Amino acid sequence: MKRRDFLKGATSVAVALGLEGIALPAKDAKASVWEEFFQKYFREMNQAEKDAVVKRLEADYKKRFGKDIKVSTKGPLPNVLYGYGLDLSRCIGCRRCVYACVTENNLSRNPQIEYITVLRFKNGEKWVDDLEEAEKYYNPEVVPEPEHFYMPVQCQQCERPACTKVCPTKATWKEPDGIVVVDYNWCIGCRYCMAACPYGARKFNWGAPTIPVEQINPNTHYLGNRPKHKGCVEKCTFCIQRVRENPGRYPACVEICPVGARKFGNLLDEKSEIRMLIETKRVFRLKESLNTNPKFYYFFSL
Amino acid sequence: MGIKRVSVYGLCSLVMLCVAFSAHTLMAETPSPSPTPGQTQQATQAVEQGNAEHHAAIPQYFTTKPPFTEGIFPCSTCHATMKPDRTRRELQFHTEIDLQHATKQRWCLDCHDADNRDRLKLANGDEVTFEESYLLCGQCHGNVFRDWKIGIHGKRIGLWNSDKPGDKQYFLCVSCHSPHSPKFKPLKPLPVPLKPKAITETKGTSTVDIEGKKIYIPVYSK
Repeated sequence: MKRRDFLKGATSVAVALGLEGIALPAKDAKASVWEEFFQKYFREMNQAEKDAVVKRLEADYKKRFGKDIKVSTKGPLPNVLYGYGLDLSRCIGCRRCVYACVTENNLSRNPQIEYITVLRFKNGEKWVDDLEEAEKYYNPEVVPEPEHFYMPVQCQQCERPACTKVCPTKATWKEPDGIVVVDYNWCIGCRYCMAACPYGARKFNWGAPTIPVEQINPNTHYLGNRPKHKGCVEKCTFCIQRVRENPGRYPACVEICPVGARKFGNLLDEKSEIRMLIETKRVFRLKESLNTNPKFYYFFSL
Repeated sequence: MGIKRVSVYGLCSLVMLCVAFSAHTLMAETPSPSPTPGQTQQATQAVEQGNAEHHAAIPQYFTTKPPFTEGIFPCSTCHATMKPDRTRRELQFHTEIDLQHATKQRWCLDCHDADNRDRLKLANGDEVTFEESYLLCGQCHGNVFRDWKIGIHGKRIGLWNSDKPGDKQYFLCVSCHSPHSPKFKPLKPLPVPLKPKAITETKGTSTVDIEGKKIYIPVYSK
């Protein structure tokens, strides 16, 4: 075979495969499918367009779960920059936060998606430099175990996030209130952001997410805990559906923590508990050398 | 120089010892001296407003209710008819209380008020309500008390950006630490996460009931 013929053949095969790869909605597809297909980028939508998308999503969710699910598109609160504190002297590694987050954020139970990973370290072991050596799958009768300590890791809401820089479609970005969000409908599932994130905070929907209807949280946000679909990346948003309300609730992980190790507040408010702890405690941020500038502060109260 | 310093310290401690001793004798032997009218007024006011008023910057409305054992409060239900016995001893009642909190230095009436059983007693003799028990704990645990007041120690739930009464709840010390045995009790951890490798080895989910909550865990096909 001549080189030219080979290339010709290869190109036509590639074109054919490529066309097949684009999943155009079928001719008889419902209007909502076409609407979803042609949906604009969230940041370029005006309020009317957002409302239309919310209406479509709510109808879809009603059909999918048989329940009324509210989707909010509420924007950031003025003069707010969210910050989070986690007291490593107190955390006992009980994983209550992990499952409170799963329920609050309508995360898939199968395949399993969890935003928070609790790491266990042995006292005196090398730790913050190399999280690879951490134990994620510890399972003793009771925690805390002697001579061990625990460090929950979730999205650090970086001020200079690596994940948003690599996104080829700009489907993920940092909001003015500091929360890094994902437009799940704009995400193409390339998972570059997962490779870029130094904290392993981003999770991918490898399969169609299953959410038990009786545990579904009907108060959702477009950029937060609305039910997701197969093939999109998601992550912790500091419970954007809660914290953007005025007044708004604490994130679910803060409220569940039995030892009160989790702190949350406005970094621009000097009276807030997060500012107080940054000023008075020994604080560090994970992998500071990477210059990601996280707004998630680990601290020691003892 | 050295001798001088020693003698100054000696004098100081002697004075302190005398004061402490005299106070002790006063409390043990004689009934409290009749207060002046001003003092009485101050005392009643303190009880009405709660002692927290005297300790600035404690947001009273933040606190939760103290977690009493059912049917135990008010203590005066039983104690009203009983004559207070102030001698330190093994109790015949309340035997379920296992005091693991500086056991050797402490017994019931160091914190519970013998004259008003529905109140706690500070080291200076002031009465505080059970809702203000943090004032009692704060006497020794000053660092923790300071952190608790500004929100670093302890747990807050509710609305993060509202300080209106009732919007936010601030857990009391005793909500998490039993005052008689304050060490935080170990817990059973919730289920282990799925290993990424195992995503193809699962065939669905099952549920486990933990603390009244249904938790979905993966079921492995092997």
